[in-house]
Amino acid sequence: MSLHARAVSWSAGGALIVDGVTLEVPVGATLGLLGPNGSGKSSLLRLLAGLRRPSGGAVLLDGAELGGLRRREVARRVAVVAQQAGTEVDLTVEQVVRLGRIPHRGAWSGDAAADDRAVERALLDTDLVALRARRWHALSGGEQQRAQIARALAQEPRELLLDEPTNHLDVRHQLDLLALVRRLPLTSVVALHDLNLAAIFCDRLVVLTGGRVAALGTPAEVLTPQLIADVYEVDAEVTPDGAGPGRPSIRFLAR
Amino acid sequence: MKAAALGLGGALLLALSIAVAITIGPAEIAVGDVYAVIGQQLGLGDAGLSRIQEGIVWDLRLPRTLLAAVCGAGLAICGAILQPLLRNPLADPFVLGISSGASTGAVLVIVAGVGGGAIALSTGAFAGALVAFGLVLALAAVSGGGTDRVVLAGVAGTQLFMAVTTFLVFSSADAEQTRGVLFWLLGSLGGANWQDVALCGAVCALGLAICLSQSAALDAFAFGEDAAGALGISVTRVRALLLVVTALLTATLVSAAGAIGFVGLVLPHAARLLVGPGHRRLLPATAIAGAIFLVWVDTAARTLFEPQELPVGVVTALLGVPAFAAILAQRGRRT
Repeated sequence: MSLHARAVSWSAGGALIVDGVTLEVPVGATLGLLGPNGSGKSSLLRLLAGLRRPSGGAVLLDGAELGGLRRREVARRVAVVAQQAGTEVDLTVEQVVRLGRIPHRGAWSGDAAADDRAVERALLDTDLVALRARRWHALSGGEQQRAQIARALAQEPRELLLDEPTNHLDVRHQLDLLALVRRLPLTSVVALHDLNLAAIFCDRLVVLTGGRVAALGTPAEVLTPQLIADVYEVDAEVTPDGAGPGRPSIRFLAR
Repeated sequence: MKAAALGLGGALLLALSIAVAITIGPAEIAVGDVYAVIGQQLGLGDAGLSRIQEGIVWDLRLPRTLLAAVCGAGLAICGAILQPLLRNPLADPFVLGISSGASTGAVLVIVAGVGGGAIALSTGAFAGALVAFGLVLALAAVSGGGTDRVVLAGVAGTQLFMAVTTFLVFSSADAEQTRGVLFWLLGSLGGANWQDVALCGAVCALGLAICLSQSAALDAFAFGEDAAGALGISVTRVRALLLVVTALLTATLVSAAGAIGFVGLVLPHAARLLVGPGHRRLLPATAIAGAIFLVWVDTAARTLFEPQELPVGVVTALLGVPAFAAILAQRGRRT
C-alpha cells in the first residue's frame, strides 16, 4: 500500500463532491478511476495529490497523513499530470521537463548533476530527446501530454496521478500514452473515460458515481453490463477476455 | 558563463547610461565639470564651480537619474512577478489599477491636508495600492477568476480610482494642489531627492531579494496554481507574499514618482527574449533592463521639448501601448 484514501470526503460550494471514498493503491499497480462526468474523479485525484484538503477522512502516504507532510516532500513522492496543461510562458520541452526538479531544489541551490540526470532519463523514457528544444506551443496534443509525463517523471516520484491524460488524443496516441504509463515502474492512478482503454491497461479499477465508490476490483470484476447500466445509464455488451485474459471488451448498444 | 557575461554587460551599460544621462540637461555644464562635482561630493577635491551648478548636478540631475533607474527596475520587477503569478502576460501594476489606487491614496493625503510630508504621502499611496489591488483581485475572483478577468477587473479598477482622484481634485483641491495631483496621475521624476532615492532603492533591493528567493516557485506557476502546488509550492503562501511585495514596491515607487505606466508590462517581455523564462536570471535581467529603459526615457522626457518637460508617464505610455498591442497579437497567434 502506498496511497490510501480513508473515508475521504470533500465538498465545494456546499455540495458534496467526494463522499466517503475508501481505496488503496497497491504498490506498482495501475489503478483506473472511472465514472461519468461530475462523478468526482478529478476532485479525488486532487485529494490524493494533497492539492485539496479533505473535509472528512484522510489520505495517507505510506501511513502518514498527507496534510501533515510538507508540500515539497509530497511533490518528491507524488507527481500529477493534469487533464490539459496550458501556459502563457514560452518554454521549450526541456524547460518544461526541468520544472519537475523544483521540489528537489532549495531556494538558492540544488544538485545540478542529479537534476541533469533526472531530466535526461525522463526525456529518454518518454521518447522526447529529439524534441527537447521544441517550443511547447509548437507541440501536438499528444506531445504536450508526453512532455507533462516527462516533467512528472523528472520529479522522480513513486506515485503518478493522471487526470484523463488521453483526452483530445487520437486513438494511436491514446494507446501509446497508456502503454507508456503502464510500462513505468510506478504506482499510477489514471482517471479515464474510455472503458475499453481502462480494461486493457489497468490492473484494478474504481468506479465513482455521485462521489461514492460504486465498484472496485479487477477489470473483469468491475466491467459488467449491470454496472455499466447502473452508473452510465447505457446498455452494453461485455465480452469477457475480449481484450486478453481477464480484460473484457465493451460494445455499447444504441437505445 | 554566458549569463554572467550578460549580467556584467547589463550592469556596465546601466552605469554608463547613468553617467551619460547626468551630463545631459538644459543647464550648460561641461561633461568634465559634472564629474568634478561628483568627485567633490565624494571628497576628491574642489570642482571650482558655482553653488548653482553644483546643485544642478548633485541635487537635481544625479538623484533624478538614480531614481529613474530605481523606479524602472522596481516597476519592471513588479511586472515580471505579476505576469507569472496571475498567468497573464499583460499584467502590470499600472494595467491592474495598483498605480491608480496608489495615486488616489496620495492625492487623498494631499487634499485632506494631513501633515507628515513624505511619510504621510507614502503611507497614503501604500494604503491606496493595497486597497486597489485587493479590490481588483476580488473583482477578478467574483467574475470567474480567469486570466483575462484580471485585466478586465484592472481596467474597471483603474477607471474607478481615476474617477475618485478626479472627484477629489474637483471637489476640494486648489490650483496648487491640482498641479501636484497631475504629477501623481502622469508620473514625473522631477521631484526626485536623495531621500526618495535611498527609500526606493532600499525597498527595491529588498523586494528583488525576496522575489529572487521565490524564483523557483515563480517558474512552477507556468502551468497554473494546481501544477505549482503539485510541484511542492505552497501556492497560497507564495502568492500572498509576492502580491504584498508587489503592492508595497509599487506603492513606494508611485509615492516617489507618480503612476508611471507600462514599464512593468513591456520590460519583462524584452528581458525574456534576452535570457529566457527562468526567473532566477529573468528577475535581475528585468531589473537592469527596466533601469536602463527608464533612465533614457526620463532623459528624453526632460530634454526633448526643452525647456518644457513631458511627464515621463506620457512617454512610457507612447512606447508601451504599441508594445501592449504587439504582445496581444502574439498571444492571439498562439491560441
